[in-house]
Amino acid sequence: MSDMIRKTSLWERLGFDIAYGYSEGRKVLILSALFVLLLITVGVAITFGAYSISIVDVYGIVLAHLSPFGDLSSVTKLHNTIVWELRIPRVLLAVAVGTALATAGAVFQGCFRNPLVEPYILGISSGAAFGAAMGIVFSSFFLSIQLSAFIFGSMAVAMAYFLARVRKETPIVTLILAGVIIGSIFSAMVSILKYIATDAALREIVFWLMGGFYYATWNDVHLLVPIIIPSFLIMWALGWKLNILSMGDDEARALGVNPEKYKFVLITLATLVTSLAVSTVGIIAWVGLMMPHATRMMLGPDHRYVIPASAMLGGSYLLVCDTMARTLTSAEIPVGIITSILGAPYLFYLLRTRGKAMLG
Amino acid sequence: MTPMLEVKDLHFNYGNTTILKGVSFDVNEGELCGLFGPNGCGKTTLFKCCLNFLKSHLGSIRMDGKDVKDLRVEDMAKIVAYVPQEHKPPFPYLAREVVLMGRTPRLNGFFGISREDKMKAAEALDLLGLTELADYPYNQLSGGQRQMILMARAIAQETPLMFLDEPTSALDFSNQIRIWRIMRMVAERGVTILACSHDPNHVSWFCDKVVVMKDNRILKEGTSQSVITEDTMDEIYQDVCSVRSIGGIRMVLPRDVALRQEMEGFGRWDQSRECMSRQQV
Repeated sequence: MSDMIRKTSLWERLGFDIAYGYSEGRKVLILSALFVLLLITVGVAITFGAYSISIVDVYGIVLAHLSPFGDLSSVTKLHNTIVWELRIPRVLLAVAVGTALATAGAVFQGCFRNPLVEPYILGISSGAAFGAAMGIVFSSFFLSIQLSAFIFGSMAVAMAYFLARVRKETPIVTLILAGVIIGSIFSAMVSILKYIATDAALREIVFWLMGGFYYATWNDVHLLVPIIIPSFLIMWALGWKLNILSMGDDEARALGVNPEKYKFVLITLATLVTSLAVSTVGIIAWVGLMMPHATRMMLGPDHRYVIPASAMLGGSYLLVCDTMARTLTSAEIPVGIITSILGAPYLFYLLRTRGKAMLG
Repeated sequence: MTPMLEVKDLHFNYGNTTILKGVSFDVNEGELCGLFGPNGCGKTTLFKCCLNFLKSHLGSIRMDGKDVKDLRVEDMAKIVAYVPQEHKPPFPYLAREVVLMGRTPRLNGFFGISREDKMKAAEALDLLGLTELADYPYNQLSGGQRQMILMARAIAQETPLMFLDEPTSALDFSNQIRIWRIMRMVAERGVTILACSHDPNHVSWFCDKVVVMKDNRILKEGTSQSVITEDTMDEIYQDVCSVRSIGGIRMVLPRDVALRQEMEGFGRWDQSRECMSRQQV
C-alpha cells in the first residue's frame, strides 16, 4: 500500500497525472502496445531471410552473443555470419531509420503547422542526393558517399533556413518556399551529374535514390543509434512546446514559448536525424509523412504522445517493409518502392474518410 | 499607484507607412478598458507592439512596472494573456487541450502537466460554462465557440493583464453579452483587461475606461460616460451616429434611426433623410 502511494507521488512530481478526461491512461496503454508491437516485429523479422535458418538456431545465436556465458562453438560459421553480421544490423538499422524519419516527420509537421509536410520538405533529400551523386561520380575526390550525402543534405536545410530568415524571424511560408527553391536547385544539379555520369555510375545513383538497406553493417548501427536516441528524447521532451508552436508564432509568444528559439532547436534535431538516415540508406518516402498521421488518428494530436508513438510505429513499419523487400522475391526490391506502394493507398483512405477532420 | 499598463509616446511604422504616431495612455489595475476606433486606425498594431510581437518601435511600454523591451517571452507570458482575433486551427486538439495550453508559462517537470494545471483548466472551462465543449476537437467548433475557448485559455493562464482583440466579433448577440459579462467578472477579480471592440454601445455599457483611436493616434481617453459622446462619434464616423439616453442608459444609434424616432413613429424614412440632409447643409 505504502509502495503505491510513493509511486503516484513520483509520477506527480514528474508532472504526469491521469485525470480530468484527457484519456492519458488510454494513451499510455497504446504507447505500451506499440512498444510491444515493435519488439514482436523485431523478433519475427530476424527469423526471416532468403537463407532459411530455423527459429531455434536464430535465437540460439542471438542468445549466445548477448549473454556473457554465450557459447558459439555449436553454431556453424555461416549461420552466425548471416544472423549476427547481416540480419541483426539490418533489422536494427531499419528500426533506427524508421524511428528517425517518423519522429522528424512529426516534428516538421508540427513546426510547419501542416499535416502534409514530409521530413524532406526543406530540401534534405535533394541535397543528400546531390552529395551522394557527387560521391559516386567523383569518387576519387570524396572520401565517402555517406559523408558527402550527410553534408550536402544538412547544407540544403541550412541554406533554406538562412535564405528565409528576415529580421531575426523565419516565417513558415517563406521557409517552405526557400526549401522548395533549394530543393529544385539541387535536383537540377543531380540531373547534371546523371547526364555526365558513366553508365555504371548512373545505375548506382538511381539505385541510391530508391533507398535500401542492402549494405547495412554494425558500423552504421553504431554510428546512427547513439545520435538518433538522444535526439529523439530531446524532441519528445519538447512535445508540449511543439503543441504550442503548432498554434502559430504569435500565439506561441503569447503563451511564453519563444518560437524562433524552439523552431530552431526542433528543426536542427529533425534535420540531423533525417540527414543521417538519408545519407545511410538513401531516400525512403512516406514513412515520415504517414506515421504521424496514423498516430494522430489513434492518439489525437498531442505531440507528447504523437512523437513517441510515431517513432515506434515508424520503426515497425519500415522493418516490415524491409523484411518484405528482402524476402518477397529472390532478388531484392528497393524498400522505397514497398513503403510507397503500401503507404499511398493508406493515405488515400485517410483523406477520403477523415480528411476534413485531419486537415481542418 | 503605478498603472498596470502604461504606454508612452509610442511610434511605429511598417516601412514608410506610419501606423502609430505618439500613442500614450494608461490602464489601472482591475480596470476593464475598451479600445475603440474605426477600421485601420492602428488598434491591432498597438496590440502587437504592446505584446512585443512587433519589436522595432519607439517610445516605452510598461506592464506591471516592467518595460516590455526587457522582458523575455517566458516572463511576458506570466504577465499578459492574449486572445487573438482570428485563429486558424491546424490540428484537431481537443478544446480542453487548448485551454490547458494556457498553463504553459507555469509548467515544469518532464511530462510537464500536473493535476493542479488540469484543475485550473477545468475551472476556467467551468467558469465560462463550456464544460460540455471540452471533448470536442477545437477546429470543428464554430467561430464563437472557439473564441470562448480562447477566453478560457486566457483565464487559465492566470495573468494580471489580459489583451483581447475584438473578442465579440464572431459571436451572436447573447454570446457577445456573455463575453462582456465574463470580462466584467474577470476584471472584478482584479485582472486588468484591454479589449478592442467595434461596438460603441458595448464599450459604453461595460467598460470602466475607453480609449478612442483615430488616424494612428489617441483621440480621447477617459470614462465611458465622458468619451462616448455625439461629438466623439461625429469625429470618427462623420455624422453617422447620434447618442441618446434611453431610460437613463446611453445608447449610440444610427442617426437616421434616432431622427425617425423623433419624427413620431416609424416608417417616416423620407422625413428623417430630409432632416439629415438639412443638418449637413
